[in-house]
Amino acid sequence: MAEPASVEEVAETMYKLVAQAQGQKKLKPGDLTKSAMQIFGDRVDKKVCKEAIKNLIESGKCVYTYFGGSFIEIPHEEGAANK
Amino acid sequence: MAKVPTPKLDELEKGPWPSFVTEIKKRADKHAACSDLLGILERSYNEKIGHWKHGGIVGVFGYGGGVIGRYCDLPEDFPGVAHFHTMRVNMPAAWFYTSEAIRTLCDIWEKHGSGLTNMHGSTGDIIFLGCRTEDLEPCFAELAEAGFDLGGSGSDLRTPSCCCGMARCEWACYDTMGFCYEMTQHFQDELHRPAFPYKFKIKAAGCPNDCVASIARADLSVIGNWRDNIQIDAAEVTNYAKAGLDIAADVVNNCPGQCIRWDGKTLTIKDEDCKHCMHCINVMPKALRPGKERGATLLLGSKAPIMEGALLSSVLVPFIEMEEPYDDIKELIEAIWEVWCEDGKNRERVGEFIQRVGMGNFLEAIGLEPDPNMVAHPRENPYVFYNLNEEEESDE
Repeated sequence: MAEPASVEEVAETMYKLVAQAQGQKKLKPGDLTKSAMQIFGDRVDKKVCKEAIKNLIESGKCVYTYFGGSFIEIPHEEGAANK
Repeated sequence: MAKVPTPKLDELEKGPWPSFVTEIKKRADKHAACSDLLGILERSYNEKIGHWKHGGIVGVFGYGGGVIGRYCDLPEDFPGVAHFHTMRVNMPAAWFYTSEAIRTLCDIWEKHGSGLTNMHGSTGDIIFLGCRTEDLEPCFAELAEAGFDLGGSGSDLRTPSCCCGMARCEWACYDTMGFCYEMTQHFQDELHRPAFPYKFKIKAAGCPNDCVASIARADLSVIGNWRDNIQIDAAEVTNYAKAGLDIAADVVNNCPGQCIRWDGKTLTIKDEDCKHCMHCINVMPKALRPGKERGATLLLGSKAPIMEGALLSSVLVPFIEMEEPYDDIKELIEAIWEVWCEDGKNRERVGEFIQRVGMGNFLEAIGLEPDPNMVAHPRENPYVFYNLNEEEESDE
């Protein structure tokens, strides 16, 4: 049995996925969970993925956005924001 | 008053009814956002186009729901509504407030926002209309200090809501407010961190009158019900007849199950054919009452027409006893979310998901046995499939 992945490790991987997709595809929390489970295999479960997403949001590295549905993105200045 | 003339909006102040234009005008001298709101609305009426963009990145730290970003596309002309974000505040179960609580909410909103509210939104939340991005966090902090939290928005569990239940209604078959409160507390994570394909609403109605219209508006409708016989007080039935109620016309003939008999002296009900529509009980409340064995029916899948057409909920669990801490229901909800999150498409409500994969497959996935009570229409069962060959053989 492989050693379980830590929440921080999963969060870092998720962050890279979000960074790679930024500007091309918006990722939902479900997309990140499915990708993480594919990458880490039986080293993670949904609970760890959920904690990893929480970690990403609470560290300020990512934010929730809403564009028709809810997504996770790296904080950025949105085009429509009126300064 | 608005900074620009608003002849079209002024028309909406005429007539005997309260007017939203009048209310916004009252506030227009005190807050620039309200004055510009009138201006941009008049312009939309003239140009026949909307000037709002909704959604985006705004929110409070750590939360994915509760704030709906709104910007206008004419910030130079209407700077007061350049940012006009909406905040959704989780209402108390059944919308009970002290006047002090409402004053507190209003004071917070006058300080940080436009002062305009919408009590309440369709899901039931307290809606604060019009806030600048930099005011969101201070407003949220003061709300939290006063004991309030944000509600749901986006692809998350929306703020659970319920009828007034046992607090004010004699027909409540379970404690809707207790159930609503427990769901809100238990599913805090799902309420504030959007992780679903689309929104998910839970509404609790105490009896089949369904005053919160859960059967048409909630993904999960929890409707109070009973499984024994309607209680009949024969003496009160006689009193209704003596008082002039035409029981045959107003009760018997309006029964959708045609299960009531009235011979002029005695009223009898064939309870196995009762649809639990509540009509007879509503007409003769002193004479008839729901049975003593009370609980709820769980229905799944309704929605209003946004992405696709409207759906009504279908029966999922015909009867369940409603006892705290409602572990059976929590487990069922989690099983539904598990399947829907795994295979649901973006912006696909659970009712649409069930239509796509089929109720049979869905039930199998969530581990629930099909039941003849899971009907699309009374006395129809879409989940029993006959083998045509077997039917032909039996005919022979």
